[in-house]
Amino acid sequence: MTPATTPLLSVERLTMRFGGLLAIDDLSLDVGARRITGVIGPNGAGKTTFFNCLTGFYKPTTGSVRLNHPQRGSMRLEQLASHEVARKAQVVRTFQNIRLFPQMTVLENLIVAQHNMLQSASRFSLAGLLGLPGYRRAEQAAIDKAVGWLTRLHLIDKADTAAGALPYGMQRRIEIARALCVDPLLLCLDEPAAGLNPRESAELNVLLKHLAADEGIAILLIEHDMSVVMNVSDHICVLNYGRKIAEGSPAEVQRDPNVIKAYLGEEDADEELATEVRP
Amino acid sequence: MALALQQLINGLTLGAVYGLIAIGYTMVYGIIGMINFAHGDIYMVSAFIAVTVFTLLAGFGISSIPLSLLLVLLVAVLFTSVYGWTVERIAYRPLRGSTRLAPLISAIGMSIFLQNMVQLTQGARVKPIPPVLVGGIDLLTIDGFTVRLAYSQILIVIVTIALMAAFTWLIGSTSFGRQQRSCEQDRTMTALLGINVDRTISLTFMLGAALAAVAGVMVTVYYGVVDFFIGFVAGIKAFTAAVLGGIGSLPGAMLGGLLIGLIEAFWAAYLSAEYKDVATFSILILVLMFRPSGLLGRPEVEKV
Amino acid sequence: MSALVVARQPTSPAERLKDAAASALIALLLGIPMIGLTTVDQGGALRVATRWPALLAFVAVCFAGRLLLRYASDVLRARRLARETAAEATAGARPAAGGALLTGIGWAALAVALLLPIAFSDNRYVVDTATTVLIYVMLGWGLNVVVGLAGLLDLGYVAFYAVGAYTYGLLSTQLGWGFWQALPVAGAMAAAFGIILGWPTLRLRGDYLAIVTLGFGEIIRVILVNWTELSGGPNGITSIPRPSFFGLPFKPPGDAPTFASFFGLEYSPNQRLIFLYYLILGLALLTNVFVSRMRRLPVGRAWEAMREDEIACKAMGINARNVKLSAFALGAMLGGFAGVFFAARQGFISPESFTFNESAIILAIVVLGGMGSQLGVVLASLVLVLLPELGRDFAEYRMLLFGAAMILIMIWKPGGILAHREPTLRHHRPGGGR
Repeated sequence: MTPATTPLLSVERLTMRFGGLLAIDDLSLDVGARRITGVIGPNGAGKTTFFNCLTGFYKPTTGSVRLNHPQRGSMRLEQLASHEVARKAQVVRTFQNIRLFPQMTVLENLIVAQHNMLQSASRFSLAGLLGLPGYRRAEQAAIDKAVGWLTRLHLIDKADTAAGALPYGMQRRIEIARALCVDPLLLCLDEPAAGLNPRESAELNVLLKHLAADEGIAILLIEHDMSVVMNVSDHICVLNYGRKIAEGSPAEVQRDPNVIKAYLGEEDADEELATEVRP
Repeated sequence: MALALQQLINGLTLGAVYGLIAIGYTMVYGIIGMINFAHGDIYMVSAFIAVTVFTLLAGFGISSIPLSLLLVLLVAVLFTSVYGWTVERIAYRPLRGSTRLAPLISAIGMSIFLQNMVQLTQGARVKPIPPVLVGGIDLLTIDGFTVRLAYSQILIVIVTIALMAAFTWLIGSTSFGRQQRSCEQDRTMTALLGINVDRTISLTFMLGAALAAVAGVMVTVYYGVVDFFIGFVAGIKAFTAAVLGGIGSLPGAMLGGLLIGLIEAFWAAYLSAEYKDVATFSILILVLMFRPSGLLGRPEVEKV
Repeated sequence: MSALVVARQPTSPAERLKDAAASALIALLLGIPMIGLTTVDQGGALRVATRWPALLAFVAVCFAGRLLLRYASDVLRARRLARETAAEATAGARPAAGGALLTGIGWAALAVALLLPIAFSDNRYVVDTATTVLIYVMLGWGLNVVVGLAGLLDLGYVAFYAVGAYTYGLLSTQLGWGFWQALPVAGAMAAAFGIILGWPTLRLRGDYLAIVTLGFGEIIRVILVNWTELSGGPNGITSIPRPSFFGLPFKPPGDAPTFASFFGLEYSPNQRLIFLYYLILGLALLTNVFVSRMRRLPVGRAWEAMREDEIACKAMGINARNVKLSAFALGAMLGGFAGVFFAARQGFISPESFTFNESAIILAIVVLGGMGSQLGVVLASLVLVLLPELGRDFAEYRMLLFGAAMILIMIWKPGGILAHREPTLRHHRPGGGR
């Protein structure tokens, strides 16, 4: 099965309405496996709402979101509860306004992400309470996995620090590390570069490319930082007022007159687009 | 039939009182998104103030009923509003932006504090006052059962209607009302527009307390007895009324109050007087389960 | 960050004075109807009595208190600013030291608890009071799972305590069940009630849940008062059998073997008292060990994660409802166990023991002790039970003080007096194994 024939995720005619507000209007989009798909658009274009619909936090008004899971077959994400989206479909997200467990340590944050695996290993806590070897092994495996990601994301020194006490940029990375501990098939990142300094952004680029190419994780990326989106995305979808106004490779999107029009007036983005036009 | 009519009258009277208290819950919820757990106790404080002032006026020899009612209402509203202001200032304002649990606990602490404060300063025993408004109108008699509309019931209904009208005008057409509504929509933006958000929230608490104060005076006139524990049950019932009507909605609070009053009156008359409180609490749980936005409320969208 | 009642800018003495005067004015307005005036019963009719000196004292205290508070906060603020810069470096080392100290205090407290009945074997009063303290400790540890760990505000915890007590009361008086047989059944019963209440309501927002649990506590109490055939109504259930020592009753010597005759001791009524003390100590310690272990298991971490951020939990694939339900049911079960012990110790139960006030006391213990802190619960229970024993005045003012303390703690130290969170696992091991 190649990504070209069957996409990992296909969104079909998705519409989300809040009372009189049409937040997403008839959106269709395919996301290929092992690829990075960027979702851009001005503020209020419906990007985060789109994520909320994918991950079970909102029930879309109409439309479908189909995930082709390589082992578990096809599933309809819009019919799953938010925790099932992560557990069964392995679609995991981060949040625009970082949502860590602030009083828990970084390591604990990453262990909580492996809750379902550990919970079944603990056999309704009984094996855990008795400290049976099966559970101990599972716990050690969970710690090893967490430590592995922390090491790769240069967070291992902070493993025992309360997550809420760390600087912003680090919290962003912790959130990504935590999502990775769920073993995602599709990772939905909501503005992972927001608040990062240029060096951190550059590191993020390397990480995202590595995750897609070497770990085989598909990434759906909402981002305003064009230096990240244009650099890493294989494919970009542009939203405005809930509608898809353009789609294609970074170069195609940058040339699209609709996109330039949508971004006019939003000077920063416009300038950035202009500077990024030549790849 | 006669009993049903009588319970209809009693239920509407009771419902008017619940409605007045429920408005306080709904307004505070609207503006800070939290339940004022001490609101029932504010109502209880007002009932005690009413008892004191009635007794004081009787001591001065003021026997004109309208005059003494007016004085009691004024004094109770004035002092109770100060209590409302203080509750917000001490238990809520310092905790804005704190954890989810903190203001809930501080408000519970405030409720416990007020209840025990009144018990200590005013005594734990039931306080009876001589009837203020006696008599009523006998509407009709069926099979020896006389349906009676007491003057105190008429008073309660009239005062409630007048207050509701005044209140609708206050929220709908005055500058304070606009500020209050804009705080409900977006507090940060309201502050950026140069409106004193702290003051608006304080005033909301005071207004809620003032309405609860009126309810407290009315109940004192109606039942003639007061004790330090009345705030607890009345608080839960009024809260149920606010939730039933749709929390955040002013007409909803009044509608919910009337419904709860009627349900309670009919339940007590036809099913069982002992379990009337259980009926209210069960309604609360059922509404929260099946229609958390209530009858007139807007559904809440969870912010992610 | 820190949310103090007081203003953030340093203030001049004149400003402070003005501010204190405003507070005094508010205090005067608050005080007139409640402190200045009161009604007293005089031959059936009420008469207004005045207490102007008390009002004056209250206003003066508020004035002076506010003045002092503002001054102290200015000083503290300046100090904190100075310290914050220095604190960065030591931040990592401090928690570990605090944890070691608390663990030390914990072991010392356990030793005291174990030796207490031996030291006071002939003092009924001390052993009895200590038993009461331990009941509250156990209830506090149970509620801590719900409030402290899972972050769910349960205002009707006493309902589960009542379910446990009545289950044992009924099983023992109607069916002749013994303490040890009834204990697991009563715990399961309380847990079942927790699930029945929690299933529909746990998806509600925190404050809705609080008021629903409050209503539930009242429902249980009203049912106990009115369902006379089952519960005995307001009179409750009497002559509930006391627990025996593995079948050996604590009785004066008779035909059947008793505890005293079996061990060849001289009978003394204190033996039962001491046995009850060790029984609740054992139950409480078991609760403690159980809860501490649960905290280190996936479920326990999920409880805390749920308290921190429910939405993030869902995004990690955690079934929020099940996790909350497990905390709720487990807390209820522990409350049920405490209820069984309460019924067995009193030999008599009635709805009066299960009012909202009792829920408030247990909540106060958890909040004051520091949500999630096991040792804090012990200290708070000690204070709460011993305070009224110091004298009548303290007994009267107990709940007043606790209400005030709940507000102040939330403002100054939301984590509680003994706020210290020990991570459930560590990567870098400070002193050997996890």
